[in-house]
Formats: sequence, structure tokens, C-alpha cells
Amino acid sequence: MNLQSILSILVFSPLLGIIVLAMLPKTQEKAIKAVGFLATLPPLILSFAVYAHFLAGKSLSDFSVSVPWIQFHGINAQEPIFSVSYELAVSGFQLVLVVLTSVVSTLAAIGAVTFIKKEWKGYFMLFLLLVTGMLGVFTAENLILFFIFFEVTLIPTFFLIGKWGYFEKEKAAYSFLIYNGLGSAVLLIVIMILFAKTGTTNIELLKEIVGDPSGPLSADFKLGLFIALLVAFGVKLPIFPLHSWMLRVHVQAPPSVVMIHSGILLKIGAYGLIRFGMGIFPNQFEKLATLIAILGLINLLYGAFLAFIQTDFKMVLAYSSISHMGIVLIGLAAMNEAGIQGAIFQVVSHGLISALLFFLVGVLYERTETSLIDNLGGLAKGMPLAAGFLLAGALGSLGLPGMSGFVSEFMAFLGLFKVQPWIAAVGTIGIIMTAAYLLRAVLGMTYGRAHREFDGVLDLRGVELVPVVVLMLLIVLIGVYPSVLSSPLQATLETIMLGLGG
Amino acid sequence: MSLETFQQLNWSIMTPEFIILGVIAVLVLCDLFMPKTLDRKILGWVGIAAVFAAMAATAAMVGGPVQSILHDTFRIDSFSLAFKLLLLCGGVLVLFLAVSYEPKDGVERYQAEFYYLFLAALLGAMVMTSSGDLITLYIGLELLSITSYILAGIRKFHLQSNESAMKYVINGGISTAITLFGMSYVYGLTGTTNLLEMANKLVTLANSNHVYLLTLAFLMLVVGLAFKLAAAPFHMWAPDVYQGAPTPVTAFLSVVSKIAGFVILIRILLTVFGFAATKGQGSMPILYDMQNYLAVIAAATMIIGNVVALRQTDIKRMFAYSSIAHAGYLLVALTSLTTNMFDSIWFYLLAYLLMNLGAFAIIQVITEKAGGTAIADFAGLYRRAPVLAVAMGILLISLAGFPGTAGFIGKLNIFLGAFYAEPAHYVLASIMIATTVVSYFYYFGVMTQMFFRPPADDSKLNIPFGILVVLIVAVVGSILLGIMPNIAFDFMQNNLDIIGDFFK
Repeated sequence: MNLQSILSILVFSPLLGIIVLAMLPKTQEKAIKAVGFLATLPPLILSFAVYAHFLAGKSLSDFSVSVPWIQFHGINAQEPIFSVSYELAVSGFQLVLVVLTSVVSTLAAIGAVTFIKKEWKGYFMLFLLLVTGMLGVFTAENLILFFIFFEVTLIPTFFLIGKWGYFEKEKAAYSFLIYNGLGSAVLLIVIMILFAKTGTTNIELLKEIVGDPSGPLSADFKLGLFIALLVAFGVKLPIFPLHSWMLRVHVQAPPSVVMIHSGILLKIGAYGLIRFGMGIFPNQFEKLATLIAILGLINLLYGAFLAFIQTDFKMVLAYSSISHMGIVLIGLAAMNEAGIQGAIFQVVSHGLISALLFFLVGVLYERTETSLIDNLGGLAKGMPLAAGFLLAGALGSLGLPGMSGFVSEFMAFLGLFKVQPWIAAVGTIGIIMTAAYLLRAVLGMTYGRAHREFDGVLDLRGVELVPVVVLMLLIVLIGVYPSVLSSPLQATLETIMLGLGG
Repeated sequence: MSLETFQQLNWSIMTPEFIILGVIAVLVLCDLFMPKTLDRKILGWVGIAAVFAAMAATAAMVGGPVQSILHDTFRIDSFSLAFKLLLLCGGVLVLFLAVSYEPKDGVERYQAEFYYLFLAALLGAMVMTSSGDLITLYIGLELLSITSYILAGIRKFHLQSNESAMKYVINGGISTAITLFGMSYVYGLTGTTNLLEMANKLVTLANSNHVYLLTLAFLMLVVGLAFKLAAAPFHMWAPDVYQGAPTPVTAFLSVVSKIAGFVILIRILLTVFGFAATKGQGSMPILYDMQNYLAVIAAATMIIGNVVALRQTDIKRMFAYSSIAHAGYLLVALTSLTTNMFDSIWFYLLAYLLMNLGAFAIIQVITEKAGGTAIADFAGLYRRAPVLAVAMGILLISLAGFPGTAGFIGKLNIFLGAFYAEPAHYVLASIMIATTVVSYFYYFGVMTQMFFRPPADDSKLNIPFGILVVLIVAVVGSILLGIMPNIAFDFMQNNLDIIGDFFK
């Protein structure tokens, strides 16, 4: 097996699982669950193999693959072919997200084994399609391919929310579809304009063409395209005021889907902003840096204040996601190495922490049929393990030193203090608020006044412990040894800084 | 014309048309002399065989030189071959639907007409692709239209079918009158009905009054022909006719008839108006001058189609509005007027043909079983017939233009043209993308019914052979062209030089 085919196998191996599932009869519950879980392993193993390859000091470009794919003929006579290649590659940044995706996917598959009560076959088929889509998003090397995988994540997520979710699932699924559909429509406009004007969608080539002041695009035009890109990924991230769909999804979707959604899918927004926004349009990003910092601040504070008054723990977590994505924006707006690194760290760290917390909420809901903070008071007595991990996860989320959340927040703010001290100073209120709302919610649940008996309510057990422990270990690992993340990111950061001219 | 010159004409280029015409004659006679008790379905299969034969005869001419007979009224060029192949593909799939059509109240008494009228309509459409003259174009158009009127009303004792035929005749009559009026202006200005001669004469048009007349003719032709495309402002017939007509007829109207409409529109607009100078020789042709009008029609068609489709509760009406919307997308490609216009329209029509006929195959199965045409009849289809539900899901995704399907590549091609054109059509392309998002609502509404709702009755659905064929072709084709669109692009590129042939 040559190295070039590894990424393709990594991305498309879950499809094998779909084929196997299609042949299994609907009633074979155990076999279906086993196949659904096993099919997430090849990407997991391969992504770690790629990471090992990197640690061994070899170049990640060994994995790049490029094959001619579609030729749009005859658009004009001079340049007869507008072609799109099938191009996959990983840089350090992409590698980190691929590893994150495969880890969270495997754990979400374990989660699904407990959480999903009906029609496992359909669930796992859609789930595996979603995994392929996400892996493709992070490895695609041209915009059309990126867009294709981006949309591939949309359809399975719609069905996963709409069929297996809670009470208002269809409404949530529709608002997911329409908001993201609009976001991707804007994205498609940007992509097609770039393609029509420059003749390529390869990201590296676009960086050169767009960066060239004598290129085919005028400065105003580039700014317009960048703003459109900001809106497109702003829906995904989500940036206030484009966030309302995400709240619904987080509350209504089944926990194993929320793990993926909050852990990975939201990160596509951040990934797109960094890779395309900052990568292709560095000068335009710089022009709007203050605006982006303010947007980040709004997200941070808005999310934090609203999280403080929620009575449903799921809503607390949903608003906390908005708040944490604000930190990503703040880090990016700093436009320096520390800030951007902090933003990327936050992407990974929030991916792990939110997956952990939503998994725990899922378990709690499953046992007690509620996620209201008041109803869960006294949890520590009935479910000590769950309560303990919940507290630990919340501490990671609020940025306790020694856990991943701290590293990312610290660096993001370090970056912003250098360039926009006032905005950063206001932003620190958000950090305090984060501690306040998370502790209020978690303490209310674990040690709060007991409103009910927890007799006969089972604590975390067996296979449920796997995702919890693995995620917790990763969170602590990044917290105490951040270079597992920062060393692959080094090369990416240098390229970005080069693009920014710094 | 003496018998000798008559015999010397190169009749072989009309082979596909002769095959269809011959089989129509045979079918009519057979129907007359066959005993009443015999099932006429066998005649349907003969019709299918005839279309396949015509397809083979057409394919054999691909790659050949431009040929014409009968004083250039009938011509074979790459444009006509490419679109004739599409029409024949559409025609054969519709006939597969027709032989499987068995509604509860029956059409047995007219069954044979049902088949040969389809063939006659197809013949009209084929003549349209190959016409080099307004007269033959008009004859083709009328052959197609009049047979379609009868087909829409073929269920004599079915009230809705009658209503739809009536509406179709009246609307069709009005629009044909407008088209003819437009044609008469062009004829009056040039003194000829031959399209290429017209183009030559109009290059030197100088009198500004003539330009005014030509503009009027342009508008009347576009508006009149919009009827066949089901584009605004002549789209109102579509929902009523689609709902009332038998499902195979609806499928025919939405695909074959629409392809024919685009063929005639492109042929007339490009030859007559593509060179007609507005301000003396060498100035901007009138077609470019009128781009904005086409853009308005395209935008209105997309918006009306997609927005009104949201409110439909009847699956056939919903698909009527959806087909209006797709006509709008195709008009965007026509408006852009880039050199890849032919490729993108051809590819989109191919994709549309596959996904729409596939969807109508499923609609036919469901509506026959349920006896009505409500979208709610799709409830729980995933439970009743998972294969049908998944197939419908794939086709709907293609109609909505999601990646991995032919519909996406088709839209991509149109966007590329719209943004590449100089000046670029940013607004029009953005409307197209935005209305595409609107279309998610109603396409996914059907999905919601199929996958999320419980079934009203659990009875199994059996899939007739003809439906199965259509479904396999449609689903496999939609996915294959979505993943490897180069199959179609290369075929066009290597065999058919449409632009080079068009004005020869």
C-alpha cells in the first residue's frame, strides 16, 4: 500500500461499513451495532498512523494525492479546460482535526450503542456517511471537493436529528437544514466566483492568485468575497446573530449526534475561517480584524450571560458553545502566532470537552429523563462517577490550568492583549462569567438540594466509561503537554504568519 | 420536384423519424385489426423497440458532417443529434412508465392510442430539433402540442383529466398564437422562413424601426415559447395539467416537452437574433441587448416555481412547480450566453430527465396504490418499501442539487457560466442559489413523509417491471453522472461540435 492512497482509504473506509450494514437484516441489533462501531476504527487507526508518520519526522506531503477528475470544457477558447482534481492532503492543522474527528466519531459510535433505541441500521448507515463527509472536509485540497464533503455532512445530519431526536426534532432538523443550506449557498457563490475568475479552486494556487495585487480580482471584490466567506462560516461556527439553529439542534438531537455536531461539525466553521478566510484572504482578514474581535467578544459575552440564566443543562452547554466559539474568533482576530494558536487549541479543546459533556448529559437524561438542573440536584449521591466526571469536564471547560481549556484561552487572550488590549480586557469578563455559569450549573446538579430519590438509578458503567475516560485523558494530556498539539501546528502557523506578512 | 430528384435526396438522415413514423402507422393498423379481447400492452413494447431503433440510428450519425435536405428545412447537425438523443432517452423511459400504467378506473379502452400518441408527440419533438426553417419548426411544435393535448385528456371519464386537457388546449392555443405572431414579424422583415438566410439578412439591418419590430418579435417569441418550457409568464397551466393528466403523460410533459421547448427556443434565438445588429453592421447583436429580459424571466420563473411549490399538498402539483423552477435554472444558462451554454443546458437536461422521470416512476406507483395524489400518501414509505424510499430520497437529493448527484454537477456548470460571462450575472446566479435553498424545504418535506411519518396502511407495494427499469436507469444515472460527470462531458466534447456546426 503506497502512502498516497492512505488518505483516500481513511476518508472512504466508513463507506465499507455502510455496505456491510446494508446487507445485514434489520433485526440483528448486536451485529449492526458492532459493524457500526468497527467501521469507525479504520479511520482512527489510519489517522494515528499518519500522526506517527509525522512524529517520526517525515513530511506530511508524502500523503498528498491529486488525480484529474472533472473537466468543464468549452467555457472559452483560450483556456479550454476548467478542471477540478480529486486532491486530498493533510497539513499539521488538518491532521489535528482529522485525529479529533476520528476519535470523537469512534466515541460517538460507542455512545450510539447506548443512546439509540430504534432503527439502528438506518442510524449507523447515516452516521458512517457523516463520518466520511467530515473526514473529507478536513482533507480536501480544493474548494469544490471541500464543498462536496461539506454538503455530504448536511444530509445525514438532517436525518439523524429529525428521526432519532427528542420531542421537537423535526423543527430542529429543518432549522439546521435551512441555516446551513443558506450558509453553504453563500459559500458556493464565493467558490464559483473564484473558480470562474481564476480558473482554479486549488487552495494553494488560490493563495498565490488572490495574493497577487495585479491578479484578476480587484481589492473591493476580494473584500466582498471575504465578507461572504465570513457569513458562510459564521453560520456554521456559529457567530451571533446566526446561532439560533444551533441551540435547537443541541437540545433536540440525540446525544451521540450532538457529540459529533458540537465536537466536529461546528469546528468546520473555524477550520474554514482559518484555512480559507485567513489563508486565501489574509489582507482582507487584517482589515476586518477589529470587527472580528468585536464579533468574538459579543459571542463570548452573549453566550456566557445567557448560559447563566438557563434552567436546562443542555441549554447551558449550547450557550457555552457559542461563548467558547467567541474565543476562537478573538484568537484569530489577534492575527499573531499566539492568538491563532490559541484559536486552534480552542477548536480542539472544545471539541473534546463538549463531546464529553454532551455524552454525560445523554447518560443523565437516559437514566433520569430530565436534564433540568433543579431536577438533578443531589446527583453526587446517586451517580457519583457521573457527577465527578461532569465536574471535571466543567472545570476543563472553564479553563482550569492543567486542562486543555486553559491553554487555549490563555493563548488566545495573550494574542489579543498584544494588539487590542481594550477588547481583550472586556473579554476577560467573559472568562469570569464562564466560571460562574458552569459552576452554578454543575454544583446545582451534583451537590444541589435533592428533589428526588436516586434509588435504582445506575451510575456510569461498562462501555459508557470508555468515551468518558478517553476524552478526559485527552483533555488532561493537552493541558499538561500542549506540544502534542503545537508541534504539528508549527508548520501551519508559519505559513499563515507568512501570508499575514508578519 | 421530379421523381428523380426526389429519389436522389439523402433520405437516410431522416431514418430515426421514419422509424417512428412507420411504427406509428403499424400500431394504428394493428389496433384496428386486433381482436378486442387482446391486450394492447404488446403494442407498447413495440413502441419501445421502435424508440430504441431510432436511438441507434441517431447514435450512428453522431460525429458525421452537417447535412441537410429539402431546401435546408431539415438538417442534421451536432445540436440536433445531441438533443434528439436526449428526447429519445426521455421518450423510451416515458413509454416504460406508460406500459406499467394501470390506474384503478382503467384506460384499457384507449390503451393503444396511449402508446402511439406518445410516439407521435416524440416525432414532433424530433422534427423540432432538426428544423432549419420556421415552417418545419412550427409543424414539429404543433405535432407535439396537439398530441399532448389529447394525451392529457385521454382518461375520458376522469373529470380532472378532462379539465387538464381543456386548460392545456386553451393556454397552448394562446401561446402558439403569440409565437406565430412573433414569427410573422421576422418573416415580414426578411422575406424568408429559412433560419440561416434570416440570420444573414439581419446582419445588415440598419433601419431603427426594424430594430424596434425585431425587439417586439423577440419578446413575443420568448413569451410564446415560455409556454412549452413552463416558464413564467406562461407557467400557470402546468400545475393543473400535471395534476389531472395520467402520470406517464405528466412525466412526458415535464421532460420531453420541456426539452423540445428549449431546443426551439435556442434554435430561434441564436440564429435569428444572435447576429441581428441593433445599430448598423458590427454592433451589439439584439440577443445581447435583450439579455436582461431573459434574466428577468429566468429569475421570475425560479422564484415563482420554488416559492409556490412550498405550499403544495399534492405531489404532482408540487412537481409541476419544481419543474417550473428547473426551467428557470436552465434559462439562467441561456441568459449567460457563454460558449459552454450548450454543454451546460444539455447536461442539465440529461440530469433533469433522469431525476424527474425516476421521481415520476415512484409517484406513479404510490398514486396508483393510494388512488389520490396527496403528498401525505408518501407517509411511511420507508417502512412499506425501503428500496423505493431510498431511491426517491436519492432522486430528491439530486433535484435539490446536493453533491454526489448529477443535479449538483449540472448546477455547478450553470453557475460557472453565469459567473464567467462578461459582464457576470451575479444577481441572477445568486437568485438561483438562494431559490435552490428554498427548494430544500419542499423536497425534504417529501423526505419527512417517507422517513419520519408512520404509514397510513401497511400494504406492500409491488413494482412493475417497467417502473423498475426506469428507476434503475434514473438512480444509477444520477449517481454516476454526479461522481463521474466526465462520461457525459467527454462524449459531448469528443463527438459533437455544437457551436461549430450550428451556423453551417
